[in-house]
This record gives sequence, structure tokens and C-alpha cells, in this order.
Amino acid sequence: MSNALTKVKLPYLLLLPGFLFLFTFFILPIINLAQTSTQTAIVGGDTGQYEQTLAFSNYITAFTENKEQFARSFVFALCATVLALAIAYPLAYAIAFKAGRLKNFLLVLVVAPFFVSFLLRTIAWKQILGEKGFVVPTLRSIGIIGESTTLTSTSFAVVMGMTYNFLPFMTLPLYASLERIDPRTMEASGDLYANGITTFRKVTLPLSMPGVVAGTLLTFIPAAGDYVNAAILGSPNTKMIGNVIESRYFKIVDYPTAAALSFTLMAAILILVTVYIRKAGTEELV
Amino acid sequence: MSKESSLSPEAKSVLGAMVSRRGLLAGAGGIGAVGLLSACSSGPKCDVYEAAADASVVRWGNWPLYLDYDEECKYYPTLDKFARANTLNAQYFEDYNDNDEFFGKVQAQLKIGTDIGYDVVTPTDWMAARWIRLGYTQKFDAANIPNKSNILDSLAAPSFDPKREHSMTWQGIMAGFGWNTESNPNGISTLEELFAPQNKGKIVVLSEMRDTIGIILLAQGVNLQTVTENQYMNAVDYMEKQISDGWIRGVKGNEYAEDLISGDATAVIGWSGDMFILKAENEGKFDFAIPESGGTISGDNLMIPSTASAEGKANAEKLINFYYDPAIAAEVAAYVNYVCPVKGAQAEMEKIAPELASSPFIFPDDAMSKRLNVFRSLTPAEETSWTEAFQKAAGN
Repeated sequence: MSNALTKVKLPYLLLLPGFLFLFTFFILPIINLAQTSTQTAIVGGDTGQYEQTLAFSNYITAFTENKEQFARSFVFALCATVLALAIAYPLAYAIAFKAGRLKNFLLVLVVAPFFVSFLLRTIAWKQILGEKGFVVPTLRSIGIIGESTTLTSTSFAVVMGMTYNFLPFMTLPLYASLERIDPRTMEASGDLYANGITTFRKVTLPLSMPGVVAGTLLTFIPAAGDYVNAAILGSPNTKMIGNVIESRYFKIVDYPTAAALSFTLMAAILILVTVYIRKAGTEELV
Repeated sequence: MSKESSLSPEAKSVLGAMVSRRGLLAGAGGIGAVGLLSACSSGPKCDVYEAAADASVVRWGNWPLYLDYDEECKYYPTLDKFARANTLNAQYFEDYNDNDEFFGKVQAQLKIGTDIGYDVVTPTDWMAARWIRLGYTQKFDAANIPNKSNILDSLAAPSFDPKREHSMTWQGIMAGFGWNTESNPNGISTLEELFAPQNKGKIVVLSEMRDTIGIILLAQGVNLQTVTENQYMNAVDYMEKQISDGWIRGVKGNEYAEDLISGDATAVIGWSGDMFILKAENEGKFDFAIPESGGTISGDNLMIPSTASAEGKANAEKLINFYYDPAIAAEVAAYVNYVCPVKGAQAEMEKIAPELASSPFIFPDDAMSKRLNVFRSLTPAEETSWTEAFQKAAGN
């Protein structure tokens, strides 16, 4: 009897720390955020003093006033995701199938950037793309960009920064799913007279889809909410929604709008992700 | 070249010797390496005070690079003197990086009255005003700060603290034009010269709205003490247009200095102290001047948070009193190069760095003072909507 009870309860007991953690650090803040998002400033109150008035109109104002940055965030995140996929797929493929004994070493190299702070790496990009880096003078000398064109403080720099920063998140899941593919399936494809391209299209790519979906999600979601790259590598014309939320919270001390924007961003990402997973048809694989 | 910004060669060399620390942080590799080497060779001549384990503590949160620092022995000489004289454990934290950010970080604790971890904080005037309004500061015990009367007359009665009962100026900050002398050999003294073709797309302005918009307003002939919402919004529109037309590449805090060094920026609206350090470090490659139409001046203030204990408060008062000693104030000013708020410090400066004693940027003379303007205090409602307009113009 007691043995059976323990059997039933044990899994829940094991989950308890996780539940407690999520409750304290996820559920409670979300409730708090939801409450804040419908507050309005106390009339005659000081900076940063708000009261609950259930002003759901905050959401409409917050969205309509920042449509531009919302759109930009999703476009930038999409570009970074596509670029990262284009770079990471061949990379993961090579590591999984062609690296031989170098496999582990190459995997360490993929993860190596994590040993340096995210912030420092982004600041390093500022120098790489800056006037005194080698990129700008080189491009100028071969006439690709004009004398007055700069690379920092542009959309280009922001997207490049995000692509770079999220590349490992794309590479690792891709590698994990490519590595699991039995090479004999590819050989079988060849035996059935499929050429390399057909084999890739019909066998390798479909089998690696879980990795593609996981990688794109792991890149797109944080990229859409990112503000560090836009703050360090961008200009006032390339600000993303994360920058708006930061400025609303810290600079303008407008907590309700910041909270409403955060919720809107969360909802938008959730919808996009759901649609994407449905379309990709890999629910059971993710 | 504008006259007031050219320091004597002696002054330059003094400045150059003192700023190795900034070089270390600014990423100017050469200087940084020298700084590190000299640090390694620090011999027994370093005599840094070690407080006893049970010594009373005072915790001070201040802006980075804002207190005299000895690169060789890795300590703050004046703070060391203070700790030694009072047998205190003086803890110094360079983690006040941004007024808004710091406020955002500690506000919840101030509201419920739990210790924020500091006995002295250093907010800028307008933020100091907010702390005082919200009751987040403690009133000084004047008897503990006899040097209080040493504050410059011009700073003695600000609108946010008319009797200086909650705040004492740490340093004054001038904002004006900074530029790269190679691309702007004739200097910059007007907005037109700032927005000259050679600077297109390479201009950075301060994210401190009272400085950037203040300087634009002054150029438009507006008095900062009486500025109206319309006038303010006009100036914001002007900035927004310069951003969308591709003149201004960034609206930033201290990072504008990095952009000047890397060549990504050639002209800025910046702060005097930063610019003099850049100038000294780069052998005149940069310069600074107060605009013809006037510059802005503001102050950072030493204040005691409402959450400090009675012991912490008493120690904080000792600390404030100590830094209002003219000799100590001169030592600090010689390092930080900002406007010194203490009467008598100029005479003390004559003894330690005579070249700096005559600098109107550290000890503004009458002519200089007349060109410096203080932004009027804003009501909470204005503060919110004006900041909002400024942030939106900056793309946020």
C-alpha cells in the first residue's frame, strides 16, 4: 500500500523543485507583469507612480505607437535566422559526417564563443566593423562601399551581430539531429539511383527537420526580443522592440507600457511559433 | 581653435600622466599595457590602509572614473586618507552607470525600506530631485558637516534642495561640443559647424536629454530656466530630423568616447571631463568647447539613501565633510577634470597642479559661468512626457 502510494507520489515529489522554481521565477513575475500592464499614472503622482485602472487600452496604444519597431524586430530576427541556418547547416553537416577525428574539436570551437561574455563579443563586432577594423578599409579599397559609407550603426551590423551571436544555438541542434541519421539510409538512397541532391532533398533534409525546427526556434525567439545588438551595433533608426521596452521601463519610467509591450511581444512570438510548427508538421518531433 | 579649450603643454603632461586608468578601460591597447606593466612592478612603497575586520563601514556608489585612483598601487588615495583618519572601512563601488538604470534597480527596495547596499549615492540633479521628492533620502545633520559652507555660492541653493539639507554636489559637469581636430581643424562653436558636411553621419549626441536638447535650445535662443513644452518639443523635432536625415548616428552615454577614438564619430555633444581626458591621451587629436550660444551645467550629488542605518549615515556625513575640504577637493579635481564645487580648492590646486588652477573648465571664471546654463526643474508629468518625446526621437 505505502509502496504503491510512494510510486504515485514520487514523480510529483521529484518535480516539486522545478515547480517551485517556475512558480517563483516565472508565474509570479508574469502575474505581476499582467497587473502592471493595465495600470495608469496616478493623477498628480510622482514619476513612476501608477494605479490599477484596468486600462486595456494600454495594449492598443503601446502597439500602435511602436508598430515600426515590432516589424523591424521580426524582420531582423527572420534575416538573422535565415543567415544563421545558411551558415550552420553546412557547418553541422560537415561536423556530423566529414569531420572524422576532428569532430569533438570542431564542436568545442562551435561552443567556444560562450566562454566570452555575450556583451564583450558584441562590442568586439563594433571594432571589427568600425572605421579602424579591417573590413571597412578593405571594402573601400576594392570599391564595394563608398568613402562615406560606414558599417556600424546600420541594420546590416545589427543583423550580422545577431547572426553571429545566435549561431551556436542553430548549429548544435542541427548537429544533434544530423548526427543521429544512419549513414546507411543515404547509401540506400544512392543504391536506388538518387544523386547527391536528391538524396539530400529526400533523405537527409527531412530526417534533419527536427534540428532545423529546433535551431530556428532557438535563434528566432531570442533574436526577436534581443536589444543588445541593436543598442551596441545599431543607430536610432535600427531600434528593436527590446530597446523600446528598455527605454520605457528605465528611462521614461512608464512601467505599464513596458509591460504591455512585453506581453504583446510574447503573444506575437507564440502565435508565429505555433503557426510555424504546424506548417513544418513536426510537432511529434520537436 | 577656441581659446578656452587649449591647455598649456604642462597641463597636458600632467593630465596625460593621470589618465592611464581611463586608457586601460577605453581599450587603447598601448596605454593599457603600460598601465598593467607598471602595476606589476608595484613595490613596497604602496601603503594602502587596511581597515580592521570589525571596523565601521561606509558604502559609496559612484559613477565610473569619478574618483582619484592610483594605478600603481590600485587604490583611491583620497578615500584611503579618509578611511585611515576615521578608522573606517570605506567601500567604493563604481556601479552608478546611469541615473535611470540605477533608480530602476533600487527603487523597489527604497519603497519598502530595505537596505539598498549603499550609504552614499551620487545621482545627477534632476534624479536627485526625484529622490528627495519621493522621500528616499535622509536629511543631513549639519553639525556633522562643518565644511558644508565651502560649497560654491552658485551651487548652494538649487531649486530641488534650497538649503542643501539632502544633497551636496560631488562634481559639476559641463556639456558642450567635442570634436576630432583632423576633420574639424577650425573647431566647433555653433550647431551649424557641428552639422557641417564633413561630420555627416558621424555625429553622436548625449542620451542625457537635458544636455543635448539644452544645447539645441540655447542655439535656438531659448532660456533653459523658462523653457516651455512647445519650445522643448521643437528642439526634439530638430534632433529627430537630424537623425532621420542621417546626420546623427547615435544618442549615447559615455560610449561616445569610444566612437571618437575608433573614428566612427568625428563630432559630438559631450562632457568636459571626458573630452579633456581624451584630448590629453591622444595628443590634441580631440578638443572641446562650450558653444557660442552657451552650454549646460549640471551636478552629481552626494546623498544618503533613506535605507542607510544611523551608523552608515553618520559615516556618510563624515565622508561628505571630508570631500568638502578644499585640499582634498583639489586632489580629486586634478584627476577627474570636472567642475570642482568647493571654495578654496583653486588655491589648493595652485600647490599641486598650478596649470589646472587656471582652467575655467575646472574652476569656471565669471566669463565662463555666464555661458553655462542650468535646465529648469520639471514637474513629474513634464518629466515623463518630455523624456518620452526624447526617447522616441532617439528611436525608442
